[in-house]
Amino acid sequence: MKETVLEVRNLVKTFILDGSALNAVDHVSFQVHSGEFLALVGPSGSGKTTLLSMLAALLMPSSGEIFIDGHQLSTMNEAERVKLRRSRIGFTFQSNNLIPYLTARENVEFMLRLNGTLGKVTRLRAEELLARLGLEERLHSLPSQMSGGQQQRVAIARALIHNPAVVLADEPTASLDTERAMQVVQTFAALIHENQRAGIMVTHDLRMCKYVDRVLQMRDGKLVKEYKSRPEIEALAKGERN
Amino acid sequence: MKSLSIAAYLALKEVWRNRGRFLLVSLVIALITLLVLFIAALGEGLANGNRQYIAGLDAQLIVFLDKSDYVISSSQLQVNTVNQVRRVDGVRAAGPIYTSTTEIEAAGKPLKVSLLAAEAGQPGMPPVISGRAFRIGDSREAVIDQNVALRSGIQVGDEITVRSTQGGSDEFFNLHVVGLTSSQSYYFQPTILTSPITWEKVRPQSAADLKDDTPYPNIIAVQLSDPAQIGSVKSELLAKVPNVEVADIPTTIDNIPGYSAQQGTVQTQGIFTLLIGVLVIGGFFQIQILQKIPQIGVLKAIGSTNGAVGASAVIQIIVVTAIGVAIGGGLTYLFSLGFPPTIPLVFNGTSSLFAVIALLLIGPVGGLVSVIYAVRIEPLKALRLQ
Repeated sequence: MKETVLEVRNLVKTFILDGSALNAVDHVSFQVHSGEFLALVGPSGSGKTTLLSMLAALLMPSSGEIFIDGHQLSTMNEAERVKLRRSRIGFTFQSNNLIPYLTARENVEFMLRLNGTLGKVTRLRAEELLARLGLEERLHSLPSQMSGGQQQRVAIARALIHNPAVVLADEPTASLDTERAMQVVQTFAALIHENQRAGIMVTHDLRMCKYVDRVLQMRDGKLVKEYKSRPEIEALAKGERN
Repeated sequence: MKSLSIAAYLALKEVWRNRGRFLLVSLVIALITLLVLFIAALGEGLANGNRQYIAGLDAQLIVFLDKSDYVISSSQLQVNTVNQVRRVDGVRAAGPIYTSTTEIEAAGKPLKVSLLAAEAGQPGMPPVISGRAFRIGDSREAVIDQNVALRSGIQVGDEITVRSTQGGSDEFFNLHVVGLTSSQSYYFQPTILTSPITWEKVRPQSAADLKDDTPYPNIIAVQLSDPAQIGSVKSELLAKVPNVEVADIPTTIDNIPGYSAQQGTVQTQGIFTLLIGVLVIGGFFQIQILQKIPQIGVLKAIGSTNGAVGASAVIQIIVVTAIGVAIGGGLTYLFSLGFPPTIPLVFNGTSSLFAVIALLLIGPVGGLVSVIYAVRIEPLKALRLQ
């Protein structure tokens, strides 16, 4: 029985635009279990990034509830949300993910430093994780000395090193070519499964869905379709369904 | 505590990995430091040149001729005033001081000096650090200050020639140097001291003055039995001694012609230089923070606190400023070694310390806006910029 790590209940985010209310996220509910990798897809303006921002505790919902690893976000103050982001959530962003003046290894270790868990054992784990991602030669390289794909892989290592309950990825392949994008998402998926984390990836590139376990499709702030079975997901990734 | 260690880690890593860029800013701060310390030293040097003899007097009060507005050159007292002052209760000692300027020749080179006269052993006569004091009467002996010795090479035992214009013609007088005092600069000139009688003979004077051989003191330095009674003794002096006005030493210094205006000018220059420093540092760090908005957004999104982000910016500013001030201080010291004694630069511990503290503060003050900006960056908005 897989544990529910992330639960979203009837989530709404309303913005006021030109005097009228607009639901960017409109009564969305779903769950994500440990070891499950989920993709959020949909056209621009469908509410994917707004939903991800709320899951990341960076944006407060207008109504509804989010539970991450048993913690109810709406009951937390700002300091508690910062602590939750640090300890229970892992992030990768579209680009400029890394701290430019820290090496690959230092970027990954920074999460351990933030959580006060940097030590001999965890340093070794960071090194192993980077090696697992094919970056053993790049431990001491600065982001500016690495390719976009290598930078994204360092960001993935940073998102996972502190054993977060949930890993969130906002268009992690947006700045990569197709081949590198495929490699990055494949590695990401493998690590999510191996480490039994719950992963959510926002992407506009349906081909990336090939590596996920479930796809949630959004439109106009609503969840309009869920792809659960492998054939459905494969078909979506190949562009046979929409 | 953890936030502070995270902040220090981020700040120092960034400075180290971008050391070229930060060093440039430190060098700008070093140049500002150099300028501020030199202005402070110049202010101190000019002030010293003006007031050194007066400030060093072993006295608490100065007696002037009434209505001279505490200006030494405007004051000329009667000879018997000294005795009247000495009779006032609370006065321990009183020494008449005679001032003039002249030119001496040493090794064929002219040197403008303040020609002062005082009574040996009385307030007004500085301690002799080498040799002895001049004898009373028309001894034609002089005590020179260290600056005269330094600039002219004159030593105790040498003869100096004083050139004075008396009644329209140049007269030359030989004086025997019998002693040396510490620096006693007065009116921006080094000082030679003689007895009052010798002073009256050799000082520049008009034809009318030549008719009278009596030396009239400009001021009287008054040493009190109890320096705490300065107010009451001053009142007593004003009551008992006719046609005088009395001031303490700071008032006397402030009334040296041009002294206050000159110090005000130098201080204003120093303040403006510090202000420029604040703007330069503030501008640099503000631009840097603007360039780092996405990066700060990522830091906050992954769980860095506002405190850590703000402290990191502050630590960076302090480090860069401290390095700049240290380089500037070192450069100032090296430059100061090469300056001739004629340039009035005095690196006084107190004024240099104040300048250094002000310089160390300009960084945090200048960077304050950028620190506040960094703390207020919202991660969501910052990340949307990407």
